[in-house]
Amino acid sequence: MNPQMKDARDFLSLISIASGVSGYEFSIASLVRERFEEFSNEVERDKFGNVYALRRGNKNSNKKIMLAAHMDEIGLIVKKIDSRGFIKFTSIGGTDQRTLLSQEVLVHGNQAIPGIIASLSPHQFDKMESSQAVKMDEMVIDVGMPLAKIQEVIQVGDIITIKRQTYPLLNNLIAGKSLDDRAGVVAMKVCLEELSRLKHSHDVVAVATTQEEVGARGAITGAYTLNPDLAVTIDVTHACTPDLKGQVTIDLGKGPTVALGPNIHPAIYRHLVESAHFHRLPIQIEPIPGHSGTDAWPIQVAQAGIPTGLISIPLRYMHTSVETLDIQDVLNSGKLLAYFIASLPDDLEGMLCY
Amino acid sequence: MLLKTLSELNGTSGAESLVRTFLQQTIEPFVDIINTDKIGNLIGIKNDSLSGPKVMLAAHMDEVALMIIDITGDGFLKFRPVGGIDARILVSKPVQINNSQVGVIGAKAIHLQKQAERQKALSFDQLYIDIGAKSKEDALSKVKLGDYAYFITKFEPFGDGLYKGKALDHRVGCALLAELLKNDYDFPIVAAFTVQEEVGQRGAKVAAHHLAPNFAIVLEATVANDISEGSDEGWITELGNGPACSLMDSSTLYNAKLIHWVRDVARQNDIPLQFPRGIGSGNDAGSIHISKVGIPTISLSVPCRYIHSFASVISEKDYRACYDLANALLKELPNIFEGSSINFAKEDQF
Repeated sequence: MNPQMKDARDFLSLISIASGVSGYEFSIASLVRERFEEFSNEVERDKFGNVYALRRGNKNSNKKIMLAAHMDEIGLIVKKIDSRGFIKFTSIGGTDQRTLLSQEVLVHGNQAIPGIIASLSPHQFDKMESSQAVKMDEMVIDVGMPLAKIQEVIQVGDIITIKRQTYPLLNNLIAGKSLDDRAGVVAMKVCLEELSRLKHSHDVVAVATTQEEVGARGAITGAYTLNPDLAVTIDVTHACTPDLKGQVTIDLGKGPTVALGPNIHPAIYRHLVESAHFHRLPIQIEPIPGHSGTDAWPIQVAQAGIPTGLISIPLRYMHTSVETLDIQDVLNSGKLLAYFIASLPDDLEGMLCY
Repeated sequence: MLLKTLSELNGTSGAESLVRTFLQQTIEPFVDIINTDKIGNLIGIKNDSLSGPKVMLAAHMDEVALMIIDITGDGFLKFRPVGGIDARILVSKPVQINNSQVGVIGAKAIHLQKQAERQKALSFDQLYIDIGAKSKEDALSKVKLGDYAYFITKFEPFGDGLYKGKALDHRVGCALLAELLKNDYDFPIVAAFTVQEEVGQRGAKVAAHHLAPNFAIVLEATVANDISEGSDEGWITELGNGPACSLMDSSTLYNAKLIHWVRDVARQNDIPLQFPRGIGSGNDAGSIHISKVGIPTISLSVPCRYIHSFASVISEKDYRACYDLANALLKELPNIFEGSSINFAKEDQF
């Protein structure tokens, strides 16, 4: 494994393990901020929690390129603590209830408290019912403490994350939680790092956005704040697995996808594809006929409209805690972004003219 | 810590060698004779030359796991459970294969599911392990058919005086038995760390036959479902209320006189004791108590939440109390024996 790939893998592991559920991105934000500072002129955090890393262009261009990848993750939230000290919960973002049983979790009370997700009626947990999924409201979290002790450290409204380290698989694959879209954050870091070796005319602002999983809200305020001249979002996209044959056409390890469709400015799409071909980076084409389900959607219509592009990293088992991707796809996404930015003409307006 | 090592070692039915090797090293200083029998049970014998009842202490080494039964053309692993595993706990988990390769059990993303799919459990047929292989050939470089995949869980203190780990429901008995062997008792003890309990108490059947004890104590963990609010219906046992002495399970009707004896010894020694409410699945006692002409057998269990899952939970207090009770019973044992037969009182003949 080359040093750049190892570095990308280590940073991805670090931020994958960290917690940062939508609206509660405090600890993930400080990790991202710290790492982005190495490759940026300025790093800031706004009122909505977005982290901005500015890298000035080589010319005194007054044009601004926005990169956006969201750092929030789906999670759970304490709904009730019952009389015996078991915790009822609901989800923040799109959680498949079938992925929850027997998970170890961290309840972020006064401190991070380990817990286990159990079925409330394990005595009914027999063959008769095994074809039915256990519903989220029939599950509880056991923290192994009596009620009085729990009440000192956990409140209704506390956030819960899955306790999961990352696991290296064969062929540079990695599995873990929240790779959606921490892998995009890593791709932005790779891009900033590459840009430090390249010349680029325009200022670049990499934004680690908040609250994407509940409706791309950090991107709304982020794009308004920056009002960039061009924006590229980096998110993840579904990669094919045995149960998705015929439904999903994107493969892991064959490069990031470059999206096209109504959410995408055609010139940005063309320029991304050309950059990939010129630098012999593998890409896959991803036609998206409407809502891309990413930060690119609100960014495109921010302020007076922003020409927007989208690069996605193929990922298996999205929104489970064993999301799986190929680190090479993350590196290639970062490199593609950097080459794209470095090759942008000084006359952005001309390039983006319909 | 004994229990930590035992919890984290991998060994399913028919593949117990890592656990056996560890236990062999652990008990060697405390037994006179040590051997592995034809089916793989680890046998330790103490005081073989002493007269008095021959007492069998049994605990099983095997845990539930997944067996790799097929590899798809694109390199994903299909599997079936060894022992009782509910497929619903497997989704979205990492598993350890062959102590060298990690794989994950994923699921179709929620975004791509139809509404009705979310209410249906995924079955073994639908699940597979992803090790990152590019093809069947690539997967075969790391995994063979018949290999096993195990839960990955660290053994750790949990909550207030509890422990969390995988296979606690299996290995807690091994830890208790290994600790008891450090003590001196003045009658012959045959310790059997058995194999294949999870697939039908098969190791215990063989061990009971060739050891031919006069009495047997099975050390185990049993179900604690004490998590519902309002009613204790279906709890079986409750964590923190002491060891459980089995009355009846799917493979054994325990002898009432022996149960009374256990209750009395617990009372005399101020050891908390509970009786399982509900008929759980059987344990090694099922094979032992009907061996040869029949062997008087009791089961002492540590209550355990979430058995056969990634993270089972026991109470340290219960573990200690189970050890104390087994030890107290062993000390009392000569008093209920006359020669090699149990004799509580004249009117209580077996």
